[in-house]
This record gives sequence, structure tokens and C-alpha cells, in this order.
Amino acid sequence: MTLKQTPSQTVGPYFAYGLTPEQYGYDYKSPFGPAIAGPEARGEHIRLTGRVFDGDGVPVNDAMIEILQPDAEGRFVASVSEARASDFRGFGRCGTGTHASLHFWFDTVKPGAAAPGEAPHIDVIVTMRGMLSHAFTRVYFDDEAEANARDPVLAALPPERRATLVARREAHPGGAAYRFDIRMQGPKETVFFDL
Amino acid sequence: MAAVVSPQPPVAERLTPRDWASHPPYVYPAYKSTIKRGPTKPLVPLARALAQRRAPVYGHEDIGPLDHDLTQNAAKNGEPLGERIVVTGRVLDEGGRPVANTLVEIWQANAAGRYVHKVDQHHAPLDPNFLGAGRCLTDAQGRYRFLTVKPGAYPWGNHPNGWRPNHIHFSLFGEYFASRLVTQMFFPGDPLLALDPIYQSAPEGARERLVSQLNLDAVGEPGFALGFEFDIVLRGAAETPMGR
Repeated sequence: MTLKQTPSQTVGPYFAYGLTPEQYGYDYKSPFGPAIAGPEARGEHIRLTGRVFDGDGVPVNDAMIEILQPDAEGRFVASVSEARASDFRGFGRCGTGTHASLHFWFDTVKPGAAAPGEAPHIDVIVTMRGMLSHAFTRVYFDDEAEANARDPVLAALPPERRATLVARREAHPGGAAYRFDIRMQGPKETVFFDL
Repeated sequence: MAAVVSPQPPVAERLTPRDWASHPPYVYPAYKSTIKRGPTKPLVPLARALAQRRAPVYGHEDIGPLDHDLTQNAAKNGEPLGERIVVTGRVLDEGGRPVANTLVEIWQANAAGRYVHKVDQHHAPLDPNFLGAGRCLTDAQGRYRFLTVKPGAYPWGNHPNGWRPNHIHFSLFGEYFASRLVTQMFFPGDPLLALDPIYQSAPEGARERLVSQLNLDAVGEPGFALGFEFDIVLRGAAETPMGR
């Protein structure tokens, strides 16, 4: 039996009370939010933040960003009990509509490399009103230059596009922050993957 | 609490690809917001299909006891107004295998065509007994089931006097990171479908899969609600030829 995939459709402008209700102040529990690592999680605690820009360079106020990553040792969370024991969920979700500057943020730990030869990275799903299908991208880290230079995915990209996937480390109260802006179009359009 | 999702099936060697003949393009000018928001450069294929990368973990305890019942999960002093409907179906992969224990999240307008979302300024009444959001996990056969009210149509600014057909938004993960799907379910016989650029953005021959089927037997309780059946097909494990 071969069935055909159900077509994608846009998440639309009104996802907040269904997918990110706690972040947006609705009286409904969120299954996922911006907190990926709790205080007990091992590794370097970081904040990942950024904005999403449309083709006119205008920040998007109704995008939803989801990220999936391994822990500081490069291991993906395999079960709820494991997530609870390690205080690390490995997945988060954040809309861009609740902060005045329209940025998303995640409180997490810096991931370890998931496989030999790979640079540490975070996988990202981008969706918003005006996107009929979601897009996949990746966050690499600018203080991992040596590992990035060896990473096969980065190496396969045209050199001028690699920088669109590399987050910049910045000072942040209580730890480090990485800034990762997503540009949907234009000369600095973020690399999006088919996977 | 020991309520944990059942053990996951073994990891696939590779996944079926994203079938772009079934999905809308990123830029579809009749839906105006896509023009500035859809990526324009070709997608970069990832050499490895990320088949080992699982969907996020969540447990039964993340689902409230009334989360699947939108007629009760936000009720304050009565029942929401509108036609009561059951929306049910199976989540399957392309091989017809059920996707069990997978999270299904939905959100929708109320019967008057108004979303609870603060940005929605459509001049139609909110319903104090209706939020319009629900979630559940599929059972061992991949089946989900929601009780709700039929969402109303509502106007939007895409084109003059444009109205969205009645629809319910769906968000699913499936078993894998790469099987993520965000989509919308429509209702059979809706004359607005022919005029809706979002529905029309899915290729002909594929978009029809977004329309639910009336199934009065799906409800199991005659005279209680209308039933609509909506199966969802996600990417899954690709068949591996024997003896390869």
C-alpha cells in the first residue's frame, strides 16, 4: 500500500493559543516552550536568540521557531523519564510575537557534537503566516571555527552562504548568548535544507 | 508519574523524501504574504536524511484529561455555541503503517468565525465557553479523536472580500524530526474552497486530501454530533529492499 503525503498548509497568524499558549498568556498549558534546559542540566547554559526577517528586512511578528538538539555530551533525549532525570528536554518552541523587539529565545545548553566529524549544531524548524510549508535550517556556533571547518554539511555549502548558519556569541547577564537571525529572502537569505 | 510514551519502534535506515508534488510551493503569489516570506533559493539537500533524528519526547502527562474535548476544555458557565462535531482519523505513514502515540495539536475559530487570538479583530463574537485549542495522542492504531464545534468562515485581507473556508489547523510531529507537518483540515462541499488561495496552493490532485469526509458512524452516539473523518499521511521509514 502506498499512500500520498498530506499537503502542508500555513500555520497562519493565530497559532499562539494552540501551540504556544503559555508564552502568549493564554490560560492553557503548553506542551513545549522556550525553556529547554533547566538549572540542573549539565553543560554550558546559553540563551539562543534571534529575529526573523522578511524579504523587505522587516522583522516578522508571527513566526514560530522550533529547535531540536542533543545535550552537552552530544546525546539526544530518548524518553520523557530521561528528560526529567537530566532536566533537559532537547526540544523547544517559541513565537516571535511576545517581545517588543520581536525576537525568539531559548534557554538551553550548548550542544555537543552528535557524531564524529560533525560540528555542534541545533536543528531548526521555521514556520509562519505566509509560509505554506515549514523550512528546516541549522544553527552552528562562531566559537567552534575548527569544528565548523571540518563539518561536512557546512563544507558542502558555497563559502559565502555558510555564515548564514553561524550564530554569534555575545555577552549575556548570567552566561553566554548566541544570536541567530533568520533571513527568509535577499542576498543573505538563510540556508534552508531539504531533509 | 510513570506515564511514558511506549517504546519507540526501531530507527529507520532512511525516510521517504518530502514529496514536493504534494506540498505547496514556498512562494504562491495568490497568497500575498508568501511573496516576501517564502525562501527563494533552492533548498540544500542534506546528504544524510536525518532518519535517526526522532521527534521530540512528550508524555501522556503533558495532555490534560479534557484537552481532546474543545466543548469542555475552556467551558466557564455552559457549552459553546455551534454545531457539535467529532473530528477523527488515523495518522499513517506512506506505507499505511499507523503512527501510534504521536501528538496531534489543533486550533480553530469558534462557530462565529472568530479566533481567541488577540490579533484577530474580526467583528464577530467571542464565545466565553470556547478557546478553540486541543491536543491528544494517537492510539495504537494511529487514531485521534476530538470533540468540538464546527468553525465558522471568516474574512481576511488577502484580496477584496476574501473569506477563509471553514477549517481546523493541525500540527503533528510523527516519529521523526523530518516528519513534521503543519496543515489545515477542510469540510466537504464548501463553496469557498474554490476561492481560497491557501487551499488552492496545494497541487491539484493533492489538495483534495485536505478535505475531511462526512462520516455519521464515526461518532458512535447517534443524534449527538456530526462526524468528520480526516486521515493524515506523514513521511516515514522508506521500504528497504530485502537482502540489500
